[in-house]
Order: sequence, then C-alpha cells, then structure tokens
Amino acid sequence: MTSTKPTARPQDAPADGGSAQNAAAQNESAESASAAALHVGTSDPFALITRNLRQSGIYIAFVVIVALFAALTDGVLLSPGNITNIVLQYSYILVLAIGMVILIIAGHIDLSVGSIVALTGAVSAVLVIQHDQPWWVGIVAAVAVGTAVGAWHGFWVAYVGMPAFIVTLAGMLLFRGLTLQVLDNVSLSPFPGEYQKVASGFLNGLIGGQGYDAFTLLIAAIAAAGYAVSVFRTRLARIRYEQPVESFPLFVTRVVLVAAVVMYFAWQLAHARGLPIVLIILAVLVIAYGLMTKNTVFGRQVYAIGGNLSAAMLSGVKVRKVNFWIFVNMGFLAGIAGVIYSSRSNGAQPAAGNMFELDAIAAAFIGGAAVAGGVGTVVGAMVGGLIMAVMSNGMQLMGVDQSTQSVVKGLVLLLAVAFDIYNKRRAGASR
Amino acid sequence: MNDVLLEMRGITKTFPGVKALEDVTLAVKRGEIHAICGENGAGKSTLMKVLSGVYPTGSYDGEIWFDGKPVHFAGIRDSEAVGVVIIHQELALVPYLSIAENIFLGNERRGRGGLIDWNKTNAEARELLTSVGLDENPVSPVIQLGVGKQQLVEIAKALSKDVRLLILDEPTAALNDVDSAHLLDLLRRLRDRGITCIMISHKLSEITAIADSTTVIRDGHTVETLDMSSGDVTQERIIRGMVGRDLDSFYPDRVSEPGPEVLRIEDWSVWHPVQPRKVVDHAALNVRAGEVVGIAGLMGAGRTELAMSVFGRSYGRNISGRLYMHGKEVRARTVAEAIDNGIAYATEDRKRYGLNLIADVRANVSAAALGKLARAGWVNGNEEIKVAEQGRRDMNIKTRTVLDTVGTLSGGNQQKVVLSKWLFTDPDVLILDEPTRGIDVGAKYEIYTIINRLVAQGKAVIVISSELPELLGICDRIYTLSAGRITGELPIGEATQENLMALMTMEKELAG
Repeated sequence: MTSTKPTARPQDAPADGGSAQNAAAQNESAESASAAALHVGTSDPFALITRNLRQSGIYIAFVVIVALFAALTDGVLLSPGNITNIVLQYSYILVLAIGMVILIIAGHIDLSVGSIVALTGAVSAVLVIQHDQPWWVGIVAAVAVGTAVGAWHGFWVAYVGMPAFIVTLAGMLLFRGLTLQVLDNVSLSPFPGEYQKVASGFLNGLIGGQGYDAFTLLIAAIAAAGYAVSVFRTRLARIRYEQPVESFPLFVTRVVLVAAVVMYFAWQLAHARGLPIVLIILAVLVIAYGLMTKNTVFGRQVYAIGGNLSAAMLSGVKVRKVNFWIFVNMGFLAGIAGVIYSSRSNGAQPAAGNMFELDAIAAAFIGGAAVAGGVGTVVGAMVGGLIMAVMSNGMQLMGVDQSTQSVVKGLVLLLAVAFDIYNKRRAGASR
Repeated sequence: MNDVLLEMRGITKTFPGVKALEDVTLAVKRGEIHAICGENGAGKSTLMKVLSGVYPTGSYDGEIWFDGKPVHFAGIRDSEAVGVVIIHQELALVPYLSIAENIFLGNERRGRGGLIDWNKTNAEARELLTSVGLDENPVSPVIQLGVGKQQLVEIAKALSKDVRLLILDEPTAALNDVDSAHLLDLLRRLRDRGITCIMISHKLSEITAIADSTTVIRDGHTVETLDMSSGDVTQERIIRGMVGRDLDSFYPDRVSEPGPEVLRIEDWSVWHPVQPRKVVDHAALNVRAGEVVGIAGLMGAGRTELAMSVFGRSYGRNISGRLYMHGKEVRARTVAEAIDNGIAYATEDRKRYGLNLIADVRANVSAAALGKLARAGWVNGNEEIKVAEQGRRDMNIKTRTVLDTVGTLSGGNQQKVVLSKWLFTDPDVLILDEPTRGIDVGAKYEIYTIINRLVAQGKAVIVISSELPELLGICDRIYTLSAGRITGELPIGEATQENLMALMTMEKELAG
C-alpha cells in the first residue's frame, strides 16, 4: 500500500517540544520512562503529598483542626456523645454538599437548596401531621417534591440556557414563598416517632455488648474490611495492567490507618447511643456518589463539561442532558436533606433551611472544588463540610458566641479558596 | 556599539527543576527587524518575558542593556517606560470596549479634573489607526473587527506608547495570507520610521522575506544569529539551526492508493447561527479511503463552518444537504451521531474547543469514546489508562505519565493528544482543522507522519489548512473554498500555490 520514507526524522533530533521539562523522559525509551514514573509517581510519600497537595492539604488541615479543637475543649470534642452530636447536627449539610459539589464541578451552583429543604420538609409535615398519612408517605412525597424542583431548575439551566446563579436565585425566593404558602405561615409539629427516627434514631443493642454496642462495631468492622478488600483488588488490577502502585508498606500503612480511624470512630459511637440511622444514610450516599463521579461515564462527563464546555460538546457529550440530570439530582438530595432536617427538628418551620446553601457551597470549596469548575471531589466536599462542622461544634463547646463563629468560618472559607488560587498560580508559573 | 539598541547578555532563567534559558545572548541593532526562531518550548517566549519585565529583574541572571545603558525592569510598566512594548500571541483587547478605549487602556488621555478627554482620545486614536493603515471608526467596539484588524489595533496601541522596540509574538499565527502580507508591510513601514522590531515566528517564509537578522534559539541556548541582508539564508538553513541538523524534506513521502469512497456531501448549505447569511453554499465534496483531501480557503471562506456542520451539525442553523458514508445516506444530527457514523473532527483551536486543559492526558484521550471503556455505565479505569498509554506510544506524546495535566504539554504534544482522542473513536474519516497551527517544525513532521500512517490503514483524511505549502505537501486532492462556495477541485499534480490562490479568491473578484 503506502510507504513512508524516513528521510530526516526531526523527532530524533534533540530539539523537542517541552524543552528541558521532559528532556529526561524523551531521552529514554517509552518503557523506561514509564518505569521511572512508577518510581517517581507513587512510591515516594513526599512526592505523593506534593503531587496531590490540593487534596492532601485538606486532609492535613482537617487533622490539624480536629487536634486543635480537641485540645482547646480538653478532649470533649472527641467524646462519644459529642461525636454522635456532630454527625446528627451536620448530616443534612453533608447530604446537600454531595449534590452541590457535583454542580460546582460542572460549573454551576445552586442557591436554592435551603428553600428546597424547607419546602420538602413542609410538604412532608402537612401530609404526615395535618393529614395523618403514614411516615413513609411523607418521606416519599418530600423526595418527590425535591426531585421535581430539581427538574424545574434543570429545565431552565440546561434547555433554556440560563445561568444557574440566576435560575436558583429565583428558585430560592420562589420555593421559600411556596413553603410559607404550604405551611400557611405557621410551624407544624410534632412528627410521629417513626419519622423522628430518620434523624435521631439509632441502631443498637441488636447483638448486645457490655457498656457498648457490639452491632456498631460489627458494622464498622465490616466496612473497614470492605474497604481493605476493595483497595486491595484495585491494587491487584493495577498491577495486572502494569501500572504504578504505591509501595507495599505504604499501602498497608494507608489501609491500617483508615481502618483505625473508622474503628476509633465506631468505638466512640458504640459507647454513646450506637449507630445513628442518619449516618448509614450518609455513608451509603457518599459511597454511591463517590463511585458515580469517579467511575461512571456520567460522572466523568460532569468533569469534562466543567473542564471545557466546548470541548465536551465537540466530544459528543450530551451536555444538556447531563446538566439537566445533575440538577434533578441536587433536588433529590435536597429532598432527602429536607426529610432529615424536618425529622431532626421534629417539625416544619417557615424559616427552615435558611443559609444551608451557603454551608453546602462552602463545604465544596473548602474541599478543593474550583470556582471555575472541572475540579472537585465528593470526598473532598465531605471533609470540607466536616471541617466546618468541627469548627462550629468546637467553638460551641468553648462557648464562643455566634458572631465570632461566623467570622471564623468566613475566614476559613476565604483562606481555603486563596490557597486554591495560590496553588494554581504556582502550577501555572512552573510551566 | 552605538548601532545596537538592545543587548541581552548571559540570560539564565530557571523555573523549579527546569532551566528554561541558559546563557542566552541577543543583540538587536537599531532600526532592524530581528526575527527569533526556535521550536516550541525552546525558550523564545520566556526570553521575551524576561525582556519585557513580565519576569522581573532578580528572577533571572544576566544583564539587559538598552540604548547603551543597563536596565532593570521590575514589571511591564518599567519596560514600557523606556519604549519596549510586547504584543502577545493571544491578543489582549477588551472585546466590548471601543477601538480608542482599547488603544489608550491603562494610558488614558485625561483632561481637566482627571476625567477622560474623549475628543482627544478619539482624535488621537484616528491618527494612530491611519498610521497602521486601518480604516475603522475609533468608537466602534473591537469585537466587530476580525483577528487581522485586531492585531493592527494592538500595534496602534503600542505606537501610542512611543514604542522604540516592538516585540511581536507570533503575530501572523492566526492571520490568513492576505492579512499576514498586510501586517508584514506595516512592519516594514514602521522600520522605515525607525522603530526596531523583534518578531517571533514559526513561519519561515515570512522571516526570510522580512527579517534583517535572525537569532535561532534551541533548548534555551542561543544557537546563532544570522545576517539576512545578504539574502542567501534559506529556510532550510534556519531549520538546520532550529533542529540541529538538516531537514531534507518538510513532508514525509507517501504513495497514494485511494480506495472506495468513504464520505460524500452533496448540496450542503449552512446558515450563520445569528446573521441572515449563508456561510456554506451548496457545497459538494467527497473523500476516499486512503486519501488525504485538502480544503484551502482564506479566513472566513467557511472552511471550519463546513467541517463543523458536517460533524453533527455543531455549527450553524438551517443546515441542508445530504451526507453519505460509504455510499449510504446517514443522519448525523448530533456530535454523538457523527462519531457513531465514523466521523471525527479535530478542531483548529485545541485549547478552546479541543482539550480539557485542567484534566490529564488519560481523561482527554478517552473523552470522545468513554462508552467504549464502560460496561453498564461503569468505566474501567485500568483499561482507560492502557488506551491512553497506547496513544502516548503510538503518537510519541512527550509526557512523564498519562496522568500529567494536558495544559502543561507543548502545543505539538497537545495536538497529539487530540489526535489520540479521535483515533480512539475509531473513525473512518478524520477532519483535521489546521492540524499543525502553532506547533514547531519537528512536531509538524510527526503529525504528517501520523496522517500518512492513518491513510495507510485505510482511513480517509480531510485537512483544512491556511498554509498552502502544507496542503501541497500532504494532500492527494485539494478543494478550494471561497465565500462558502467550492470554487475548484485540483488533483495534487495540477495544484500550485498560484492557481489555488486564484481559486480561493475567485468569488471576491467576481463580486468586486
């Protein structure tokens, strides 16, 4: 057929594209270059930390903040009862942050989630408290209403092409107003016992224990073991595909560390009231959405859209469809948060969920999401949310007043994003 | 000594872990046009950033002498104060401000009380526009101008700052031949007025046409400075300096054996998305397996519009016409359908439309065919890395790992990522829009080699290019496009730059 005559092949010449930056890589063959990557990329813990500074930075910050407040509160922060409290108090913000970080990755935002929490809680309360419907009807209705609101936003953003900021700003007013109308401007309470269990129920005593709940420990042990098995399988698969993996001791250290943290956490819970139901809900959501964003076509397309919208379109990504569904998803999660919040506050109030959107947005940004989109993780947003939670809780324990708390939270958000921008600039300068 | 305006001595600039420039010297004579050549990543832009104060004094080693005195620029304001003005490759104009406002941006003509004197602003702007040969109203917004005219506005802006040394980074990269010729003419006139000019360019034909001397930079070192006034410095001579050895041929040889027809469009018309005019007018063309077909046209002729409208109607509205793949009429109303039908389109602007620059090589390579790596919606991440590695090897993408961010790669390597991405969709026909724009000679040759390999595998390739020698070097057949109409189709044996240019400008002459 056709033949290419290798006359002068400039790619053999030393002059190259990337200058000295990858001079090392190009002098070697492709194989030895990837072998070098195997070493440089992952075995060296320092390289691991610096390479993922944005991500690891947030974990380090979290550990520092927990240690700081544990010291300032004489250990009360990490007491069994208080850990349980943190989970119960901030679960709905974390649920919202899951949906929010996905929107932020795609380059959108949702300012209305606080209003959706209020509206869904109100719908549920009206059905269950006023109309004596069973508890699960309230839950289903709340989630359905939330999903419908998400579809409403998705329609305007994806198919009409309006900026999400405007659409959800309108939604914030609109659905707050509807909440007032649904509730007729009064608070409703109390919910029946089953409904309250969503946010303040515990699974405990199922298999006994002496002064602690063995069931909680068992679930945590299963979770830790599941984690170990899953990362080990991932490692095996990576080795099978001849990809770099971290050195075995480092790998074991990581697994043991995670398992230890999980078990310590469970131990504390077991010594309080057992395994909160809401924690189970949250864990299921975090795992499901964490996997979804990383490992599914849909999740990856969200990143593609946020990274470069035009390139995503020209790569065959159905941008409108993806945008529509991530708003539907946000509504769905806001519905769940609405159920949790109404259950926790044991009723529905016209002002419920005020400013929740800002906490959720802050969690996503503290957790490393980029303002311009394309960057962020569900787990990062969870850590970002927990940083806020630990700070609020710690300051409450110390008796710091509300105004100071607000100042501190504001500064943390500011510094987190400043750090993000500083990092990017550094990355840009080293080009 | 006195006839040297600028001297840079022993410039060394280090980034963390990388020596971008090492002991670079540059001497520019008063009143000359001095070209700087080098492959992408050789350090040209870094050198100019050192010169213009973007990298402040102290962040590099070495001395800069301007007009016989040592200078230390702490920022771009310092360098502009002595008359060194840089015009970057990506134009820095504010689209919705007027031409006059852009010209005096940061340098506003103020009247009494610190308020802007609009009469003075617009009058001076008009004078400056005349001096660069641009007949536009200074109050009209910049967004209404084409790229070529915007470039002229940038030069007018530089002139407003009493420029003594004008630095142009790839001034003609985005311009068509007519606008480029215009710009080069202007540079000659500026030279006659005593303005010294440094020009970075990849287009060697321009350099041999206009430059008085040429400094070649390779891998952060000065290789040589050539005196061009004698006229016997050829393009081949410059390339030898750039790549460090002779380049017998720009274009790899290929024996053409076209097979059956792969893609054909008939009666294809496309309307502008907003304005009431046709951008493609009853076009018809075909391409066969194992064939490289070129589309030549001036900027605005509708080349990209034609390609994008074929590629899942991603441009324009009211698209009419018939699209055949392998002789059968197909529906490709969305990009996804076009990809399914075996069409791939690599855009002319890879940074804006082709790549997710903040993502890694792996995610970019898989982006257009992620479904192939997934079962029930779940992506096999290991398989994905394998595919990306494959692309890296096949295309010789120079990167440490496929997990490196695409934004950190050089232009040529980014283009190879784009090609890997489209090859992974396993297309029957590849439409390559300006596949070698802004990439260096060595990488160009690699891209041509890749194109040859693809047609050898039986793929059909359509190449859109502003550089006629490139089309003549790699195509089997060339269509010319003018004002949305196909004005000619020439087999490579009959095509010359002259007859192509005549066909490309045909419509205009008829109309004018």
